[in-house]
Formats: sequence, C-alpha cells, structure tokens
Amino acid sequence: MDNEKDILEVRNLQVNFKTYAGDVKAIRNVSFDLRKGETLAIVGESGSGKSVTTRTIMGLNARNADITSGTIMYKGEDLLKKTEKEMEGIRGQDIAEIFQDPMTSLDPTMKIGRQIAEPLMVHKGMKKEKALAQALEMMKLVGITDAENRINDYPHQFSGGMRQRIVIAIALINYPEILIADEPTTALDVTIQAQILNLMKELQDKISTSIIFITHDLGVVAGMADRVAVMYAGKIVEYGTVDEIFYNPKHPYTWGLLSSMPTLDTGGDELPSIPGTPPDLLDPPTGDAFAARNAYALKIDTEQEPPFFKVSDTHYAATWLLHPDAPKVTPPDQIVARQKKYAEMQKDLVKQQRPSIPVEEEEEQQ
Amino acid sequence: MDYENAEKILEVKHLKQYFNVGKPDEVRAVDDISFDIYKGETFGLVGESGSGKTTTGRAIIHLYEPTAGEILFNGKNVDTFTSKAEQREFRQDMQMIFQDPYASLNPRMKVKDIVAEGIDINHLAKDDADRSKKVEDLLETVGLNKDHSSRYPHEFSGGQRQRIGIARALAVDPKFVIADEPISALDVSIQAQVVNLMKKLQREQGLTYLFIAHDLSMVKYISDRIGVMHYGRMLEIADSDEIYAHPLHDYTKSLLSAVPVPDPEFERTREEIAYDASNEGDGKERTLVEIAPHHWVRAADDEIGMYTQRAHEASLIKK
Repeated sequence: MDNEKDILEVRNLQVNFKTYAGDVKAIRNVSFDLRKGETLAIVGESGSGKSVTTRTIMGLNARNADITSGTIMYKGEDLLKKTEKEMEGIRGQDIAEIFQDPMTSLDPTMKIGRQIAEPLMVHKGMKKEKALAQALEMMKLVGITDAENRINDYPHQFSGGMRQRIVIAIALINYPEILIADEPTTALDVTIQAQILNLMKELQDKISTSIIFITHDLGVVAGMADRVAVMYAGKIVEYGTVDEIFYNPKHPYTWGLLSSMPTLDTGGDELPSIPGTPPDLLDPPTGDAFAARNAYALKIDTEQEPPFFKVSDTHYAATWLLHPDAPKVTPPDQIVARQKKYAEMQKDLVKQQRPSIPVEEEEEQQ
Repeated sequence: MDYENAEKILEVKHLKQYFNVGKPDEVRAVDDISFDIYKGETFGLVGESGSGKTTTGRAIIHLYEPTAGEILFNGKNVDTFTSKAEQREFRQDMQMIFQDPYASLNPRMKVKDIVAEGIDINHLAKDDADRSKKVEDLLETVGLNKDHSSRYPHEFSGGQRQRIGIARALAVDPKFVIADEPISALDVSIQAQVVNLMKKLQREQGLTYLFIAHDLSMVKYISDRIGVMHYGRMLEIADSDEIYAHPLHDYTKSLLSAVPVPDPEFERTREEIAYDASNEGDGKERTLVEIAPHHWVRAADDEIGMYTQRAHEASLIKK
C-alpha cells in the first residue's frame, strides 16, 4: 500500500523493554500507514502498546526501550535512524503531540504565552516579540477568551479545558504535518470533551494535519476517526475505515470491545464483558494472544498466530475465523445488529450512486 | 422503578456543605440539595467535575459535618449518632468503594488484612480460622480466589484491585454502598466485568447503591434513578430511562447531547446543545418541583409552566 498520500509508514515495528524480570515485548510487529489529512484512531486497553507506538514515532521512549526491528518512514527517511539532535528538530516542528493530562504537560512556572511561542523560537529562530504575536493569534484560534489579557497568565490560572486548549495551541503553532493526540480528552468532562474534539476537527480542516488519535473511548473514535486500528497485546489485530470497524467488525476482540461499552440504549441484567485480563507480555502466549479470553477461539488459535485476512481493500483482520476453512460463527447480538445496519448502509450507497432515485432521509431508530 | 412498595433507606434534606465558611474563598460545594434513595435501588449521581457529586457522597457517609440540612439513614439523623455503638453500626451499614484502585489500597498490607480490616474492627470473626474463611468467601464472591489473600496489592491489575476494594466494602455486611466513580480508572473490557459484579451482588445481597460517575452511558445502564448535579445543586431527578429519553432541564439536555456514542452514523449527525448557565444567577428562588410523576426539576415559580409544557409534549403526564 505504498502510495503518495501516505505521510508516515510504520513497518514491522518491534519494541522490547528491558526489565529485571526479562524483556517485555510491548510492540510485536506493528505496521500501519498514516495518510495526509486523515485521522487514524488507535484503540485498545492499557498495556496494548498504543502509547509505546506513538512514543517510538516521537523518539521519546524510556531508556530501557529496545527497538529490535522495523522502520518508520517519514518524508522518505527512517525516523528510527535519526540522531537525537535530528529528532529534536522534528519534534514540535513536523510531528507534535498533545498529551493526556493538561495538568502535568504544561510548565507551571512559565507564562502561557511564552510556552506557546517557544516552539517558534526554538525551531524557526523567531524573535520573541514576533513569536509572542503569533502565539496570541494561536490562542484566539483555539478559543481562549480574552487572549490579550491572559497571555501573561500561568497555567494554574486556567481550567482543565482551557489548559488543554493551551496544550493544543503549543502543538499546532508550527503547523505540524502529524499531530499525535494521546487520550487528549480523557481527563476532561463530557461537555468540555465535546468542545475540544470539535476544536481539533476544525483546526485539522484549517491546517490539514494528519492526526494519530489514541483513545480507549469508542464513542470518541466514532466521532473523530477516518480509519481505526485496534491493538491488543502489542499487535494490531484489526484495521479498517471507521464504518468497517464499527459496523462490520471481524475480530472477536473488536466484538468484545464494542459490546462491553453500554450505549444509551443498552438494557438487561448483564453487560457482555471480555473475561480475564490481557496476557503478560514478558512471555506472550503462542498463537493468538487473545485466545485465552476469546469465546470463539479455535484450536489453531493456541498454536499458530493468525495472519491478516483481507475483508476489503481497506479492512484487514488477524483472526483465524476469516480463514476459508474456519467454522461459521455467529457474533454477539449487538454485533449482528451492527452488521445488519452496515448491510443497509451499503444498499443505500448503491442507491445513492444511481441519481434517478431520490435520497431518502432515514429516521434514527429509537 | 416500583414506587408503590418502595421504602426509603436514605433521605437527604436541604443538605449544604460549604468549605472555608465566612472566608473570602468560601466554596459552596453542595448548596441545598434534597433527595431520597429507596431500599434496593441504584441511585446514579452525575455531573461535571466540581458539581459537588463527590462531596455529596462524602457528606452522606459523614466524612464531613454538614453546614446545614440533615441526612436520615433508616429514618435516623446520622449527625446525632454520638455513642460509639451507634457510630459503629452506621459505619458497618454504610460502606464506600473508591475511585482509584491504586491509591485506595494500602500497599504494605496483604490482601487478607485489607479485606479483614472491617471484620477486625467490628469483631465479626470468632477466631482466626473464621476470619480466614470469611476473607476467602469474600474474595470468591468478587471473583478472586483464596490464593490471592496473602499477596500484596501491587501484584494485581486495576480491575482485580477494584474487586479487592469491593470485597473490603462487603466484609462488614453493609446495606448501603457509595461507589464514587468505581470504574473510571479501569479499561473498557474490565469496566463491564466490575459493573456486572456490582449488579450481581446487588441482586444477591439486596444492596442499595449510590453510584457517582461522569460516564453517562454506564450510569444509565446501572442506575434505576438518576440525579443530575451542577454547581452544587440538584437540577433534575427521574427514572434513568425517562431522564435519558426525555430530559426536561436544559442542562441535562446539554450534558446528554455531549456524550459520544460508539456509532459513526450517529456521531456524524450529532448536534450538541449548549447550556447557558447565566440564568441560574438571576436571583430567582428555585426548588425541586415534581413536574411529572416522580420526575423532579429545579425550577422557579414562573418556570414550572414551561417544564410542565415540555413534559406534556413528551407525554410524561397522563391525563
């Protein structure tokens, strides 16, 4: 899938962490592409390797990290081969990150105007006055009210939502090609979260940044992502467009994730849950790492790791259930309902392509 | 919710909880709220951070002296429990499950000692063997096994730790459990496990829950009734299905419209409703008014008509 639109290509990435107990295999052969202007969501539980993946891209891994294989191609160059000095030139300039916790990712002793202007002064060698003027523009752009008077305030004088706006301003001030957002709204209230997500979408349209969006909240993913990659135990187990993942998921782990989140319509006595806990990556199990928690596991799952099976040109899933010889299984009810909806949507698409038939507005089902 | 046979276990009456009273930085964390909780139900308390929901929970379990108002537990004012015996009984009947399973377990204590602490304090075990038996039963109840009892908290994952926290709360055979964001620190797949466990325990032991959370879809799933808090005030109380389907207060509408739904089609067409909080400061006297049966909204006298109108439109009021 090498095409010109890809701005970042991660291939066969493997990252181990050296610990006293042995090597923790945090990333086990991860490959993906990021296209220009798109939002790619990476979802998964804690410990699945989402954050390690992006930290590896940024060159910000802890010292005991050992990148045993892989390439990360950005503008024809491998980021993994860059020196620390070269990476410093890329971070905050080409690739920027919004961190999870706006309380700890700002310098409490530095005025916020200065913090927003800093990337300009560092990367572009801009004079302080000019940089501060641009910082002010940025503050207005991210919706900090009364920006002129607040530019000399300190982080503690702002609310959580405003602080996250400041963090976004810092990340975007150099109009980066790639923006990594690692759980940017997890620490915020729903109403503030909605504001920040809208802001990110708006800004993405304005400066056409590509976003890697890390989250465990599937609701946020549904609203933000163009494509989704689902990670489990250091691997991507399924990826596809947002509609393919939400309406036609193929991997039992994706089924579990989608069903265990109650929607506002979920009732009944028991919420479908994924039993057990994720495997210990010090010693990953042979075969499919999800097999032990998977009600649909086949015998082969414990013996051999499933390769990616193609569902469509954009949709791949690593589960033996997609093998032609695999027995047919019925996914959980909620997933069947989602797939039904998907089939209808596909029909609508075909209809829409024939211009003679007027497009009908469908009422949202209660 | 069956109101006919419902029996009140907790009554909160005009509770006020202020901090730094009389100082310039006085905080009115909870400002005159009233609600009841019925035996065997789950009452969900939702609101943004700073809305006073945690303070309400803490005031109910009497971690604070209320500034004004009273809290009746089984008809008795918790503020008047002066004798040791009364206090002990109250503490036994009411337990708490905390938000952060990492911070709420003492890292130097073994799991069995953490779980048995309440048993020891209340002398609920006859001897050591009885104590171990009780602990093992509790661990089994919450889905852990007895081998876990001699381990330390750091050996467990977040979901398992939360189970330990639940076992500790259940150790003294409580009637009423306050769960303050019990699942927000957990992964999605683990959240479902813990919620299922809480529901199962409620069925088996007839527990009453006060479930405090900001994750609205999970609150709806677990709660029978829901109260919405904002700026230290209770704005709306109703059955959970009703409040989600037909919110009457503008703030509730706004809050619900901001909930992300795991459905891309829905997300593409979602419209958020902004809430203008300015009218709350207009000086009008507002109280909780029963607009439709068992559906309460905080309203001023001249707003009751508007809310009643809304309730009629949603056919909540039967003629």
